[in-house]
Amino acid sequence: MAVTARPKLDARKQRADFPIFNELIHGKPLSFLDSAASSQKPRQVLDAMQHFYETSYAKVHRGVYELAERATAGYEGARETVGRFLNAPSSREVVFTRNATEAINVVAYAWGLNNLGPGDVVLVTELEHHSNFVPWQYIAHRTGADFRMLPLDDEGELRLDALDEVAGAGRVKVVAAGMVSNSLGSVNPVEKLAAWAHERGAIMVCDAAQGAPHRVVDVQALGADFVAVTAHKLCGPSGIGALWGRMELLEAMEPFNLGGHMISRVTVEDTSWGEVPAKFEAGTQAIAEAVGFGAAIDYISEIGLDAIEQHEHELAAYGLERLAELPWVKTYGPPADRRAGIISFNVDGIHPHDVAQILDGEGVAIRAGHHCCQPLMTKLGVAATNRASFYLYTVTDEIDRLIAGLHKVRKILS
Amino acid sequence: MYREVILDHYKNPRGHGVIEDADAEAEGFNPLCGDEVSIYVSFADDGETIDDVKFSGRGCAISQAATSMLVDMAKGRKATDLAQMPKDELLEEIGIPLTPIRLKCALLGLGVLKIALHRAKGTPLPKEWAGLDELELK
Repeated sequence: MAVTARPKLDARKQRADFPIFNELIHGKPLSFLDSAASSQKPRQVLDAMQHFYETSYAKVHRGVYELAERATAGYEGARETVGRFLNAPSSREVVFTRNATEAINVVAYAWGLNNLGPGDVVLVTELEHHSNFVPWQYIAHRTGADFRMLPLDDEGELRLDALDEVAGAGRVKVVAAGMVSNSLGSVNPVEKLAAWAHERGAIMVCDAAQGAPHRVVDVQALGADFVAVTAHKLCGPSGIGALWGRMELLEAMEPFNLGGHMISRVTVEDTSWGEVPAKFEAGTQAIAEAVGFGAAIDYISEIGLDAIEQHEHELAAYGLERLAELPWVKTYGPPADRRAGIISFNVDGIHPHDVAQILDGEGVAIRAGHHCCQPLMTKLGVAATNRASFYLYTVTDEIDRLIAGLHKVRKILS
Repeated sequence: MYREVILDHYKNPRGHGVIEDADAEAEGFNPLCGDEVSIYVSFADDGETIDDVKFSGRGCAISQAATSMLVDMAKGRKATDLAQMPKDELLEEIGIPLTPIRLKCALLGLGVLKIALHRAKGTPLPKEWAGLDELELK
């Protein structure tokens, strides 16, 4: 894919698109440093959904009337937008789901239950979000497959050198890895994992929920077999995500949810399934949310994923530099040049909940907890961390307010 | 939220430690934030009056301060009485408005104490005990 040089991202200009920043929090300006959990929404996305409801809403695929045609065009247009965004060979390989977690569950159940058994190995990573960990652990236990974990090195990056050792003589059938760690910001070498998986005859399942908002996701370049994304982390609405899968795999798979729309023919004796992607989209889908998903992709694509990635790298470097001024703060994860816009940290002797609570009083929103990564927390030897994460609308003032807030935390609790 | 009395209990927790050969003990875990509290109780010779309470574990200021306050409230009371203590009694003592998430932090210690006492007395835990279903109690 050709990458055209784009102007540098102007976060202050982008910020004006986001109505949330007009809100005062406890009387203070909002410093929103929790975009890795979910992003804020620009006016363009909110307007697209509102406009769709006001002018084009009806049930998709069924009606022959004008509104149903408009709604179907909106919904299927969004599928094409997602397909182009992921550089999918065909937009028919894009299945709408509720979120990235559901996308992975579709693969775990519909592929895993029918393709895994005793003697098979399912391999996940130590920094995996529970979304790409728990479904595989469950399906492995149900099918009798071995569930194994690829360890991290001390900088929080995957130990590719341990792949063969962890796999041993087992028959590896699934390699499941996130694109970007939601806790440490480590960027995983998905291409290399996919190549290794394919050498072993396994499928590669990539959770790109934390990747797609921040960098180019090209499913063909990744070499993955399944890729999961979600709208709400990339300026889109909650309630919709997508699974991209290679067509031959999707066609060979059993359905996941059953009911209306996913059928070809139903009799009392038997039911035959509809074509991909309908086979995986039983029942009424999140129609306006799909339209919002498409509008969000248009919004971030217009800015440019490369510009967003660059902006976040700069913020991560700035954030790490400012946090390094505080000897009582410990940060986790790889150096700035190898991490996405996510910084996990702890304040000496002070629980993350207390840190986050006092920061909230200063209008600074950060995440405190285990970030749905309990195996990783165990590795780090902590129960929880604080996490500051950045997006296209994040400005350095917000990081400065975080630092000022941390001084206040120390003053109150130490 | 971090008023003086909370900070005092947080920075100088009452009854921090372990009672070897405790008459009642239990530990609990809040999966939301990873807080852990273990509580140890010893009874007086009547086998009923709370002689001493200690706690160990790690957690946020709210959970640690609330458990420390609970230790102050528990000493000298009867075990059966304490096992029935309404959560509002502790919440009044804490005296600050708590969001639902922080409520679980504040009530972790009380939940663990109740488990310890009911277990020692062989009585079933009251069904209406709110907040407990969200906690993992061992």
